[in-house]
Amino acid sequence: MSDTNVSYVRKEMLAEAAPPVSEIGPVRWVRENLFSSPLNAILTIISLYVIYWVVGHVAPWTIGGIWGASSLTECREIRDATVGSDHGIACWSVLSHRWHQLLFGYYPSHLYWRPVLALLLFLAGLVPVLYPDTSRKLLIVSAIAPFACFWLLWGGSVWLPVSTALGFVVGYFAFGLATRLISPLAGILAAIILPLLYWYFIAGDLYAALADTVPLGIEFVQSRDFGGFMLSVVIGLSAIVLSLPLGILLALARQSDLFIIKTFAVVFIEVIRGVPLIVWLFTAQLLLNYFLPPGTNFDLTLRVIIMVTLFSAAYIAEVVRGGLAALPKGQYEGADSLGLNYWQSMRLIILPQALKISIPGIVNTFIGLFKDTTLVVFIGLFDPLGIASAVRATTEWNGIYWELFIFIGVMFFIACFSMGRYSLQLEKKLQREHR
Amino acid sequence: MSVLTDPPKPSFRLSQLLYDTRYRSITIQVIAFILIACGLWWLVANTISNLNDLGKDFNYSFLGSAAGYDINQQLIEYDSQKSHGRAALVGILNTLLVAFLGCITATIIGVIAGVLRLSKNWVVSSLMAVYVEGFRNVPLLLWIILIFAVVTESTPRPNEFRGEDPAASMILADSMAITNRGTYIPRIGFTNSMSGNEVVASQEGLVPVASGGIDWLLVIGTLIISIIVVRTLNARASRIQEATGDRPNTLWANLAVLIIPVGIVLFFLGATIVKPYLKGFNFTEGVHLRNSLIALWLALSVYTGAFIAENVRAGILAVSKGQTEAASALGLQPNRTMSLVILPQAMRVIIPPLISQYLNLTKNSSLAIAVGYMDVRATLGGITINQTGRELEGMLLLGLFYLTLSLLISGVMNVYNSRMKLTER
Amino acid sequence: MKKTVFLGALTVAGLSAAVASAATLDDVKARGSLNCGVSTGLVGFAAPDANGEWAGFDVAVCRAVAAAVLGDPSAVEFVPTTGQTRFTALASGEVDMLARNTTWTFSRDNDLKFEFVGVNYYDGQGFMVPKALGVMSAKDLDGATVCIQTGTTTELNLADFFRTNNISYEPVPIETNAEAQQQYLAGACDVYTTDASGLAATRATFEAPGDHVVLPEIISKEPLGPLVRHGDHEWGDIVRWTLNAMITAEELGVNSSNLSELAAAPTNNPEINRMLGTEGELGAMLGLDADWAVSALAVGGNYGEVFETNIGENTPIGLARGLNAQWTDGGLIYSPPFR
Repeated sequence: MSDTNVSYVRKEMLAEAAPPVSEIGPVRWVRENLFSSPLNAILTIISLYVIYWVVGHVAPWTIGGIWGASSLTECREIRDATVGSDHGIACWSVLSHRWHQLLFGYYPSHLYWRPVLALLLFLAGLVPVLYPDTSRKLLIVSAIAPFACFWLLWGGSVWLPVSTALGFVVGYFAFGLATRLISPLAGILAAIILPLLYWYFIAGDLYAALADTVPLGIEFVQSRDFGGFMLSVVIGLSAIVLSLPLGILLALARQSDLFIIKTFAVVFIEVIRGVPLIVWLFTAQLLLNYFLPPGTNFDLTLRVIIMVTLFSAAYIAEVVRGGLAALPKGQYEGADSLGLNYWQSMRLIILPQALKISIPGIVNTFIGLFKDTTLVVFIGLFDPLGIASAVRATTEWNGIYWELFIFIGVMFFIACFSMGRYSLQLEKKLQREHR
Repeated sequence: MSVLTDPPKPSFRLSQLLYDTRYRSITIQVIAFILIACGLWWLVANTISNLNDLGKDFNYSFLGSAAGYDINQQLIEYDSQKSHGRAALVGILNTLLVAFLGCITATIIGVIAGVLRLSKNWVVSSLMAVYVEGFRNVPLLLWIILIFAVVTESTPRPNEFRGEDPAASMILADSMAITNRGTYIPRIGFTNSMSGNEVVASQEGLVPVASGGIDWLLVIGTLIISIIVVRTLNARASRIQEATGDRPNTLWANLAVLIIPVGIVLFFLGATIVKPYLKGFNFTEGVHLRNSLIALWLALSVYTGAFIAENVRAGILAVSKGQTEAASALGLQPNRTMSLVILPQAMRVIIPPLISQYLNLTKNSSLAIAVGYMDVRATLGGITINQTGRELEGMLLLGLFYLTLSLLISGVMNVYNSRMKLTER
Repeated sequence: MKKTVFLGALTVAGLSAAVASAATLDDVKARGSLNCGVSTGLVGFAAPDANGEWAGFDVAVCRAVAAAVLGDPSAVEFVPTTGQTRFTALASGEVDMLARNTTWTFSRDNDLKFEFVGVNYYDGQGFMVPKALGVMSAKDLDGATVCIQTGTTTELNLADFFRTNNISYEPVPIETNAEAQQQYLAGACDVYTTDASGLAATRATFEAPGDHVVLPEIISKEPLGPLVRHGDHEWGDIVRWTLNAMITAEELGVNSSNLSELAAAPTNNPEINRMLGTEGELGAMLGLDADWAVSALAVGGNYGEVFETNIGENTPIGLARGLNAQWTDGGLIYSPPFR
């Protein structure tokens, strides 16, 4: 019915024309993303100029760097011969010459496999904790890993970590037995008191007896020989592992209704968090000996680990407290309605959920702690920065400056950035699961 | 007939302490209290016996004796003959100064970077991502050292300002000099000072220019009175607005009240701008912002700024998209949307982490040790302890100072936070 | 008692509680190694090399003491200490002795309760300036910016010097030598002040050492020497006489090439004989073996040899003996006789 024979209506489709140049491909992308408004255009130009300026100044210095020399003087001679003395270029040779010290400190070079293995073992122990889908039996690896790492790092007789670890086994069985035979409260008391008694009275003799009968051990390494990134990792990881139980207890104490315990937890956490780490480190260096019985004298690295553990425990406590607070109140009420007592409800219902939420926060605390381990340079430990100044104190490398710092910075960046990504990814995953 | 029996008499048995939940918490607390007290007593007893063994005592009299060392940046009068206590106070003021300046700039940098990181402009947002990740993932100590070195290497030496054709020149009409020893900015001096005996040479010859504290008190006092008057004027304007609906224009009156009295005071004191000028090895006069301060300030604010940027970004992302859409439905421009709709709501999410960033910055200012900025850790916790051997007393004071400062900051910010908070229903 | 066993086990592991007794010598012997506090790195005086072996002028003293006491120059644990931490490390028993360019002063001796056993290097605080500045004397430095290393006596001396001469200055305190060097070379300070030996060592590593001069004024006396805790005189004597043996050996011409020959049989110089243990009972008086001095001298030779190998004129540091020459050569190095 309709009149199709209208002359001004086109009968056949026009061939598709290509979109205008300004609307496709890179040009469109550039126009929409970089120059969509005058402000945007200005920002783009400023940013590009900043990038150009930084790259233009840094790149020639970095790329032209000298690798083969064995001292700064030699570096300067090579530079004078190749590019002339008025050009500054990097002398990366210090890294090829001293990289092993920056990574491992003064750890004996034929034993470098030990810290590497310890790190791998630690990561293996971490897997069952971080990925709950893996078999529960793997948790035994996580339980053994800290002791094995300790033994690999310091060496010495194998019986020292074994006889120490036995204390925890004693505690575990005491808890099980006493809970079943007497009461849960007795179980907890037994789990605390029996291991202490074991360590105080039995462990020493046991160790001595074992070490005498079956001398089994590897070469002992002084903790003074630890240095470089290895020291940072050792301090950071042991502090975070040791501070977890302490931090959880503090968080629970801070949430509890018991006035004295709560007050103590609050005071402890706030005092630790209110004072900078560097002051605590000086305390470990200058004052810890005052607080211990006359004559006791700890290894400085151990003192630092203790201090950093207490420090991070306060931060972990706050992270865990966040996790506890984030749980819906129904979980607490549900646990109560099942007739579980406090410890049972915490152990079976509350903490597994709260800790899962807190893992990203714990990883972030660890990143912060790992970066803060550079402060130990001020009390004379050889962290990467300390190694850098020790390298500069030799006649070969006196006067070298940027190269060492840049290397250290890049290493820290790689480590912290990847951990940060991991925690971010975990956070997203948790968020998805939550919804 | 039923036999009435008395309810069982509440008798207390010892086992109730352990099994009765009414008493158990008391038992646990008493035990905990005893343990804590024992632990503390053990520490104190150890300390006392150790001090005795070393032949030391515990007293603070060293704070009164002459310090013997010089401090370059002093906000209050100090020289090497003043006491250790005075040196500690100089250090405390320096800590407070850098923490205060750092918090302000860190917030500004953080907000800008956080907003820009969400920009649609790819170059800008990725540059900001590089900045944020770069600073968050490298130790602050390293940044402080590097920034200190960059600041010194990239600025001219004072003697490059010298000569017929100097390699460097002062900026802003010859009033400000950026050197590798610091930045010199002009200051206000008074030729008719109230305290009036201090005479300082300036570049134009000998002009009596005093920097008297009394004069500044007078100026600030005037300013405060002016502000009070302005507030009363505004309150009156609001009252009129509420009563009649018309708000009288207060702008000119306000400006006049603010400017004229202070102007008169400054005129009578003979205020002049004293410019820094080159004399001997260095610039003199003006205000000298040392490189250690600048590097520390810059490093702290850029580092903390990166963290604040992440908080700001998270805060902005937490505001639901509907808010942006509603704002554009109302016809608001994108930047007005940001400043009027998004940021105010995001602030509620941002402020709590912001508080802890301020705390971190304040504590991190103790890394001043790396650039030789004389903060309280360097004076009281550094040279003083080292010279007197009073580490126990010194560290205790130092810890107390930082603790008080932290508690003060978090207290003030928590009050602010609770006032900003939405009243939830 | 059993606690001690377990702690003892940890001590064997080197990690914890070493119960320091009154006699340091017994501790050192029981431990089998000497804990010696050194600096965290000072060119020529103490620094670990590419293999982590410590070497330097101060380190040589530690090794000599270890050799004298234990017969083994490698039985030393070097404990790096900073200017801030060195005294606590010694006072708390973490180290048995400190050989870390530490100035002998009244208050350190009496107030901080340490015992300086002698002087192994006579130093003094000096100034280094760029030649282009045209400064000839430290008195011309009115208004100058001065880089100093913090945590030492340096800053006190500096304050005193400028105060007595009634001139003004601007101190720039720096934590480490490396930073101070970088600041000075960048021109952030006009003057760098530290011990003259440190200045020479620093200057030697500059790209153009000739552009910098060390000013003639030495504004302080800095007798640097090893120190031990107050109260343990036997131990103090061992360290003191080990140092003296090194000095006397140079005076008497005993060096590493002729040492074994001289120690084999009594010579016709009775003092050499007494020192090297071929005559008399000096070692037993110290509670050491008779050949204690031989072991000590076998490490790096006598004082002069140690000086030459570590900081002398043929090293990059290139320090002249100056005040540190033997008293017979017009210097101050002088040991009481071995008698």
